[in-house]
Amino acid sequence: MAVAKNKAQQPDAARRPSDKEDDTKAKDQTASPVADLGKDQELAAYRDMLLIRRFEEKAGQMYGMGLIGGFCHLYIGQEAVVVGMQMALKEGDAVITGYRDHGHMLACGMDAKGVMAELTGRTHGYSKGKGGSMHMFSAEKGFFGGHGIVAAQVPLGTGLAFASKYRSKDNVSLTYLGDGAANQGQVYESFNMAKLWGLPAIYIIENNQYAMGTSLKRASATTDLSHRGAAHGIPGERVDGMDVRAVKAAGERAVKWCRDGNGPIILEMLTYRYRGHSMSDPAKYRTREEVEKVRSEHDPIEQVRLRLLQKKWATEDELKKIDAKVREVVNEAAEFATNDPEPDPSELYTDIYA
Amino acid sequence: MPIQVLMPALSPTMEKGNLAKWLKKEGDTVKSGDVIAEIETDKATMEVEAVDEGTLGKILVPEGTADVAVNTPIATILSEGEDASAVSETAKEASKPAQQQKPVESTPPAEPKKAPSAAANSPQLQAPAEPDVPEGTEMVTMTMREALRDAMAEEMRRDPSVFVMGEEVAEYQGAYKVTQGLLQEFGSHRVVDTPITEHGFAGLGVGAALAGLKPIVEFMTFNFAMQAMDQIINSAAKTRYMSGGQIGSSIVFRGPNGAAARVAAQHSQDFSAWYSHIPGLKVIAPYTASDAKGLLKAAIRDPNPVIFLENEILYGQSFPVPKLDDFVLPIGKARIAREGKDVTIVSFSMGMTYALKAAEELAKEGIEAEVIDLRTLRPMDTDTIVASVKKTGRIVTVEEGWPQSGIGAEIAARVVEHAFDYLDAPVTRVSGRDVPMPYAANLEKLALPTVADVVEAAKAVCYR
Repeated sequence: MAVAKNKAQQPDAARRPSDKEDDTKAKDQTASPVADLGKDQELAAYRDMLLIRRFEEKAGQMYGMGLIGGFCHLYIGQEAVVVGMQMALKEGDAVITGYRDHGHMLACGMDAKGVMAELTGRTHGYSKGKGGSMHMFSAEKGFFGGHGIVAAQVPLGTGLAFASKYRSKDNVSLTYLGDGAANQGQVYESFNMAKLWGLPAIYIIENNQYAMGTSLKRASATTDLSHRGAAHGIPGERVDGMDVRAVKAAGERAVKWCRDGNGPIILEMLTYRYRGHSMSDPAKYRTREEVEKVRSEHDPIEQVRLRLLQKKWATEDELKKIDAKVREVVNEAAEFATNDPEPDPSELYTDIYA
Repeated sequence: MPIQVLMPALSPTMEKGNLAKWLKKEGDTVKSGDVIAEIETDKATMEVEAVDEGTLGKILVPEGTADVAVNTPIATILSEGEDASAVSETAKEASKPAQQQKPVESTPPAEPKKAPSAAANSPQLQAPAEPDVPEGTEMVTMTMREALRDAMAEEMRRDPSVFVMGEEVAEYQGAYKVTQGLLQEFGSHRVVDTPITEHGFAGLGVGAALAGLKPIVEFMTFNFAMQAMDQIINSAAKTRYMSGGQIGSSIVFRGPNGAAARVAAQHSQDFSAWYSHIPGLKVIAPYTASDAKGLLKAAIRDPNPVIFLENEILYGQSFPVPKLDDFVLPIGKARIAREGKDVTIVSFSMGMTYALKAAEELAKEGIEAEVIDLRTLRPMDTDTIVASVKKTGRIVTVEEGWPQSGIGAEIAARVVEHAFDYLDAPVTRVSGRDVPMPYAANLEKLALPTVADVVEAAKAVCYR
């Protein structure tokens, strides 16, 4: 599979001196093709990304009000990654990620009320209030968490792929990890086994440029993370993670690669988080201008909005209606999560053993 | 001076082996590196090479001899001009130091030294009848190693979602030969050799379990499982709770734990207390082959993550095992290995060898010790311990692990909480010393508990 990139669509924040070296390496590669989305798909992508955006904004507010505790890592800015990848999946495929997981859950089709109620630590949260922001699961939707230890989900996701192959199914496992997690040793232990055993594992490195406060170039000896499987013979592709069309196209190629029995593959999604690492992060390690530039020039939702308007697939009014509908879903979720009772004290001792 | 060829040890814990075959005859010329014989244990076969040049003088141990002690002279090699008649005298002399050395080399005090039928010497037979086995059940003698293998094979036949993974479990037949024959029966699909990558394959196993498979993850030893600790505790033990009961992991992590022999601090330690600390895990540490079989089968079926702590030194020991089609023991139940009224001795795994020997010694002095084999460390069978203490009023705990925050410390706390008024003496712990395991033979011996330590502690609580 080709290592490809779409320079024109790449967020400027991703351009660093070290990236230029990687550019030369990738010179002979073709630009990553973008999927040709139809009207319904564009509208669905718009709605799904907007839901994540509004949900996260609301979560941020509720955190500020003290309704959400502990760590809370928002996904704002990265919405195109999960929404685009989800478009490539089918029933029975598995998804697993780290702690910046709210977007993944909503993209998997998990109920906003249940996710928000988990954030507030209430009875009808997905984990009965016992998991919180970083630890949510849905057996029904094939979402395997929600893991709080950086990169621990990578061997787990590899195990999900192992189970698919063990059962002779053609389902794939999507394992999301960040650019920070990409430096953890267990990632390479997993890469090795996945390739050795030909497991249907898609590793999606969400490169949002910062591991907490440390920029990629300050933490990684090489910054083209799509090459991280090279030592194990795993192909990788660099994708404009701000363009849902590019993500979907890459996702479909990767899924086909895995379903065809070719073993694992890596997708590096160049993306950007607008908010701090967590709610308590003032993000002093980057400039306001850097964030503003990505927001104004590469916002994943704005890109879809402009296309919808340009192609006259939707009017401003119709889009506002979608926005209103999404706000309604989010407000209902917030309302539910605020009024849902805290778990019964007896829940302290349940679900430890089956 | 003729050169002695001694019975070699294949592993740090090997004490004896069979001389399978001589490949050279008396009078044959040999040079360094020539294979002269084959020896075997229940675990492996190995070639014996000549260490010097000369003529094979006298074969002192004929082929087919079983249970030849390590360091026994098995042949001599003559240099030029020497003749075989001088051999017998030197052989006798040479065997002496070898025998004296033996107690140092051989760690398990309970290992029957000269008995071909180990079962006859097994302390298990002195125990009251196993309540989980119907009366009249035929007992077969097998090693701990075989019992573990049979447990896995039976469960793999029963449930296609059960598979084994780990380092050297398949082609090599197990680093300690516990998975012997499984590859041949179940194929490489279900008996999976992994790279040396504990953190990775432990996590991969948990992931497969989250997806509904039932992995048995073998750690070559639990020393290496420390590399995988995050996946065992943060991923395996906690996921059911963190998912509100939606997703759990039915997985067994098994392998040898505890002090081995002469391998020093990094390869010789007991992690029982570490795992028993963690809610969400079950922890099993059997002493007999029978318990190992019944409990491993239960562990594989259990919907929770189970840490199954075996012991390298016990692998080769034989015990009677009930001949039943499906022998499954309950997790969380201790076994009274010997009844008594004067003092309770509680132990598990390798510690039971000290406890049972000590009980025998104590009986000679008129003290009847009740010996409890915990078998499961978490959940701990407090009821059985407390009931015994209510009878005896005295308790000694025995373990090879370190004293601080150990299993003995936990038992002491429970006894104080639940049977304080019944105690006639302070709860007393016998444990490994509070030091990293030393290499030197004498120091290693000093670092581990002994039968004498247990006898002394039991007498002390009996004020004798």
